[in-house]
Amino acid sequence: MELRAGVRLRSQVSSTEAIVIRAPAGEVDITCGGHPMVAAAETPADGLMIDAADVGTALLGKRYSDQAGAIEVLVTKPGPGSLAVDSVVLEVKNVKPLPSSD
Amino acid sequence: MAISLLLDIATELTPDRVILGRRDDGVTTTRLARLAAAGAATLAQQQAATLVFIGINGPAFPVVLFAGALAGVPVSPLNYRLATDALVSLIDRLDKPLIVADDVYAEPLRRRCRMVISTDEWLQMCVDSSPAEPAAVGDEDPAVLLFTSGTTSQPKLVVLRHQHLQAYVLGTVEPGTAHPNDAALVSVPPYHVAGVGTVLTNLLAGRRLLYLPNFTPHGWLSLVREESVTFAMVVPTMLSRIVDALGAGEATLPSIRTIAYGGARMPQPVLERALSLMPDVDFVNAYGLTETSSTIAVLGPEDHRNALASSDPAVRERLGSAGRFVPGVEAQIRTPGPGGAILPSGQKGELWVRGDQIAGEYAGLGSALDAEGWFPTKDLARIDDVGYLFIDGRSDDLIIKGGENIAPAEIEDVLLCHPDVAEVAVVGLPDQEWGERLTAVVVPTADSNPDVDELRAWVRDRLRSAKTPDTITFRSELPLTDTGKLLRRELVAELDVARQGAT
Repeated sequence: MELRAGVRLRSQVSSTEAIVIRAPAGEVDITCGGHPMVAAAETPADGLMIDAADVGTALLGKRYSDQAGAIEVLVTKPGPGSLAVDSVVLEVKNVKPLPSSD
Repeated sequence: MAISLLLDIATELTPDRVILGRRDDGVTTTRLARLAAAGAATLAQQQAATLVFIGINGPAFPVVLFAGALAGVPVSPLNYRLATDALVSLIDRLDKPLIVADDVYAEPLRRRCRMVISTDEWLQMCVDSSPAEPAAVGDEDPAVLLFTSGTTSQPKLVVLRHQHLQAYVLGTVEPGTAHPNDAALVSVPPYHVAGVGTVLTNLLAGRRLLYLPNFTPHGWLSLVREESVTFAMVVPTMLSRIVDALGAGEATLPSIRTIAYGGARMPQPVLERALSLMPDVDFVNAYGLTETSSTIAVLGPEDHRNALASSDPAVRERLGSAGRFVPGVEAQIRTPGPGGAILPSGQKGELWVRGDQIAGEYAGLGSALDAEGWFPTKDLARIDDVGYLFIDGRSDDLIIKGGENIAPAEIEDVLLCHPDVAEVAVVGLPDQEWGERLTAVVVPTADSNPDVDELRAWVRDRLRSAKTPDTITFRSELPLTDTGKLLRRELVAELDVARQGAT
């Protein structure tokens, strides 16, 4: 699907939901647990199962991005299943926690 | 992506949390998002190109900030303490402004400007209107326009684009990680970059924002206790007055865990007293400029404790440092002036910074970044070999005496350590022989009667004779901005008049 910042996505195989922070132009093949994520308002297709080989989870409040940083999503509801784009798993973007300064 | 994305994220992570105001009757994140979306609809109807806010800090400002972001209209908070003429001259520099102003400021402006509504009217419109669909807002669109305080020159209008504020906030905050009982007390005004930053960072963290519009130490301490405030940001003059009140026997502050300070130089004696009176509180020094989207360097709690406990002078002096740069910000020290060479660590020069949060742009003047994206802060600084930043004041404030460049900050720091000195400013006044002469203006501590020769000897013993003030005068107060910055230009002008009057 085409993505842009602010688009909300849901997994079709778990409770995972995410919000897009950054996305490349054009079609993006983003999946959770091996199945395409859909717009949060959509109803998931029946009978889909999480990919058995996928042991990843999406953690609440964490940002996930690809190596190039072209896509970045923030998980707003956690759940099982790795997030991936073009079958490449997205990694947690580590923010060095800073003390609040303002 | 617009900064309204931060509100979207907070609405997902902490929808029902009271995020603005008091625990009992505050505004939830979802409510804030709805008010802002309705405010955006109002902006679209009025066809405003700028949303001006002239008011004290309070829950109306976040609504204004996000309404502007959702509508793609930049928000320009102005200093409400300015006289009407001065406000009008700033408003004249803004494109098709809709002006939201507290009643007392709105009245005189109605006769001079079009499209003025009171803050109460604005909030009522946000309650009554239907939310608008968010406008298409790009990374490069302006989000916030802030006038500099104009301590050394006429106010410049700094342009902060959505991408800069996003980079700052997403680069330094973990979304939704605040504890449900956390509360941040904001005492800086909306027209200060920290007043903008605090809305964005605390909202994203899910930390409730509480406002103290007119700072008094007693009011601050009361609110901290009543609302169990866990985090507070203050400017140095405020911390000084809080410390005085605490030292005079005001009760302790059990809830507060972190106090961040910044916005002006922190006198070391004040900081040391604060640390000893509040040993369990984490202190954070934040350094940044309007042009850098707020904080670019942070001295954290452990830095403070390590410095205070250390006998190593190199570690100890970090108590007076601005800390280390936040992720995503690079720094260089260069020889002052055009084409300055990059200096090695430890040497003093001008601070240049680069990174995604660095805006470095002024309306009408364009970008101040060089070809490689470096921004000249115009602050004099050095960076030690492990990355701690030490700020030595503005390069514009340098005094040139007998061909030697002298930073007033160094002399001010020494004088502030004298027990009879409460506040001090060192400025250069024209001198036929030396070019400029060093003039120290001292505000004595209560019940003290400092002696000029003793103060001069105090400086001479600690620095050297070239840095010893030629003249020391006493005053009951210094001209400061509301956020505690010294108005050097004003002080020099006053001293100049006094000098000419005397001859």
